[in-house]
Amino acid sequence: MVSTPSNALGPTRARQGQAARTPTAWHACRALLRRDFVLAWRRRGELFLPLLYAVIVTALFPFALGPDPQLLGRIAGGVLLVIVVLAMLPALDSMFRSDLEDGTLEQWLLAPQPLALLALTRVIAHWLTTVLPLLVVMPLLGALLDLPAGVLPVLLVALLLATPLLALLGSVLSALAAGARRSGILLALMLLPLAVPVVIFAAGAIAAAQSGMPYLAPLAWLAAALAMAIVLAPLACAAALRIAVES
Amino acid sequence: MSRSYIPHWIHWLGSPPNFYRFAGAWRPWLMAAALAAGAIGLYGGLVLAPPDYQQGDAYRIIFIHVPSAWMSLAIYAGMAVAGLIALVWRVKLAEVIAMESAPIGAAFTLVTLVTGSLWGKPMWGTWWTWDARLTSELVLLFLYLGVIGLYHAFEDRRRGARAASLLALVGVVNLPIVHYSVQWWNTLHQGSTVDLFGRSSIAPSMLWPLLVMALATHLYYFASILGRARTDLLSLESGKQWVRELVEEQPAQRQGAPT
Repeated sequence: MVSTPSNALGPTRARQGQAARTPTAWHACRALLRRDFVLAWRRRGELFLPLLYAVIVTALFPFALGPDPQLLGRIAGGVLLVIVVLAMLPALDSMFRSDLEDGTLEQWLLAPQPLALLALTRVIAHWLTTVLPLLVVMPLLGALLDLPAGVLPVLLVALLLATPLLALLGSVLSALAAGARRSGILLALMLLPLAVPVVIFAAGAIAAAQSGMPYLAPLAWLAAALAMAIVLAPLACAAALRIAVES
Repeated sequence: MSRSYIPHWIHWLGSPPNFYRFAGAWRPWLMAAALAAGAIGLYGGLVLAPPDYQQGDAYRIIFIHVPSAWMSLAIYAGMAVAGLIALVWRVKLAEVIAMESAPIGAAFTLVTLVTGSLWGKPMWGTWWTWDARLTSELVLLFLYLGVIGLYHAFEDRRRGARAASLLALVGVVNLPIVHYSVQWWNTLHQGSTVDLFGRSSIAPSMLWPLLVMALATHLYYFASILGRARTDLLSLESGKQWVRELVEEQPAQRQGAPT
């Protein structure tokens, strides 16, 4: 697993006193972010797939339930929330898989920077490239489903808090499943129990806003959960990555 | 420093050949005790206990339902503890115990859901309601299925066991969050319509069969885990010397038996 030359490289460099050439944590994270953005841009066709999925599913709902604007408006918030969660699923699977296959993850483990920090950087890059476009088209999808205009900001804030949380939780599962032969539906099965509280609080905020009640409490719960997940999920993710890499 | 806090017999039992013999010796007795306790408990619950003044005879399903629900949580806790031991100390036996607990726990969870649903139809008038307890139990089933699925998705079984153990630990953190968030969610929409455990006390004539049934399910779990761990150890250690010796002495015994 560990090739000796690359293992010896770090300490020798440090011993030679070339402090300028040993990248700091900040440099490493920035390099990682840039690499992920370049990779995403080179495969920009794939970036549209979650968007396309969300638009198709949203368009199917009026056909299934009838074009009654009142009915659509009442369920729009919850429907859009579930669509975003489902649209996030396929991309989660590929968060670490290719890096495990080409040996990048082994370099992560050998890097002087903490593994949890690198994992967090990857989650941020993943969220920015695959989830943020979904949030950008949310107003359009909301209009398709006659979402009341006053609810849209609450939906967006709830999604801004819920999707990074889901991406962080999903990163742990993605790291766990990366070493497995097949995942796909397995990832959905593992994400469901973790996603239940997130969906409950996000939907709670939307439902409260829709019925004119105070909606800050569930959003605060989501924000608190996000703050905790930012600290804890990368640590769990790092532990899962170690299991995935060791053979 | 060299003195260990852990008693010697735990080290002895952690060795696969020793555990194999220990499990083989204890399993029949535990299974017999489980069956006996189950028979006594069911007789006490289904025949001796009086019908409930409100629910009639329908309440008798609790003698299956409640012990199963207790087991579904207890086995998950046991699986998580074994998983933690497997992750921290890399004990092979702990991996086996954790992974073989998952199907038993999933089965108890399924029994809990099915019996609860059967009871709910005449009592609440519906097979399913999104009550906090029911939803948590359903999520527990998905957690079990996730652990089983992840374990079997790996080529290397020991790696799969470690990954699934980590997932089980994540689930331990998640389960209380799910339970309280579901309670919050349901009170937001509507109050709980039925309080299953509203009665402050249960009659002694109904309590003792329940406790005997709980004992029976625990004994069954121990008997079952010993048997499952035994076969799993055999296949995991199939290349080892002690398994070879075991296989070589087995045909000799079989030849002696009448065909």
